[in-house]
Amino acid sequence: MKSAVIVFPGSNCDRDLAVAIESVTGEAPAMVWHRDAELPPGLDLIALPGGFSYGDYLRSGAMSARSPVMQAVVAAAGEGRAVLGVCNGFQVLTEAGLLPGVLMRNAGLNFVCRDVALRVENAGTMFTARYDAGATIRIPVAHHDGNYVADAETLDRLEGEGRVVFRYKEPVNGSARDIAGIVNAGGNVLGLMPHPERLVEPAQGGTDGRAMFEALHAALG
Amino acid sequence: MKARVTISLKPGVLDPQGRAIGQALGGLGFGGVAAVRQGKIIELDLADGTSEATIDEMCRKLLANTVIETYRIEIT
Repeated sequence: MKSAVIVFPGSNCDRDLAVAIESVTGEAPAMVWHRDAELPPGLDLIALPGGFSYGDYLRSGAMSARSPVMQAVVAAAGEGRAVLGVCNGFQVLTEAGLLPGVLMRNAGLNFVCRDVALRVENAGTMFTARYDAGATIRIPVAHHDGNYVADAETLDRLEGEGRVVFRYKEPVNGSARDIAGIVNAGGNVLGLMPHPERLVEPAQGGTDGRAMFEALHAALG
Repeated sequence: MKARVTISLKPGVLDPQGRAIGQALGGLGFGGVAAVRQGKIIELDLADGTSEATIDEMCRKLLANTVIETYRIEIT
């Protein structure tokens, strides 16, 4: 599986994501700087890491979404390549228009940094095929802007099309309908606030995140 | 020329920061603050002759997220 991790100024989970991908697939991802206008050829997976790119200036993910590499990421997503955005990566995907809605300041105003229980709402995606539908998994969150907001029509469409992939089992940040992660209509772009890359080895305190990378490896070779 | 862009949250979008500011005003003893909405102002120093259409494009492409925000352009 050929993969790349995009590195923005202020990304801080890029290495974690690369280590997780390599640990499961045996192949190290290319680390692509945000100013590169082109991606390496033949990528199966493009991963956007967590962090505070551009210091969250203007809006979280807003500046990164307009960086040169993102035009290439949008084009690759349009070709059906897998794109995974974790935390700040999810914010970048919404700002880039690859996923609907927006991630606003947490309703409680606090930075939330702890393990949360998630329900796997859709185990039929290339990202979640190694989870059981309806399973409860435990994944850490660490964010200030994870409060998912979209209009009622968009929320209904996401629910109706099975595009709410992960849902918090209890309110964490004020997210509409406790949404923690969604996919695009094509099913090849996933954004989620929790950090699966932080739980791939027993030494990290659990392995509930590993199945996501295993599923991608199985789907993408 | 200069332009000022005022960005506000759309009505109905929950503004937790505005609500916290309102609560803080109440805590300071200011009564009668029914609601507070926080926005932002962006001041642009532009080449003379920049059209309002161009500034509008700047707003749509970057300055505002029209999913949750509205904007108003004033050429000053």
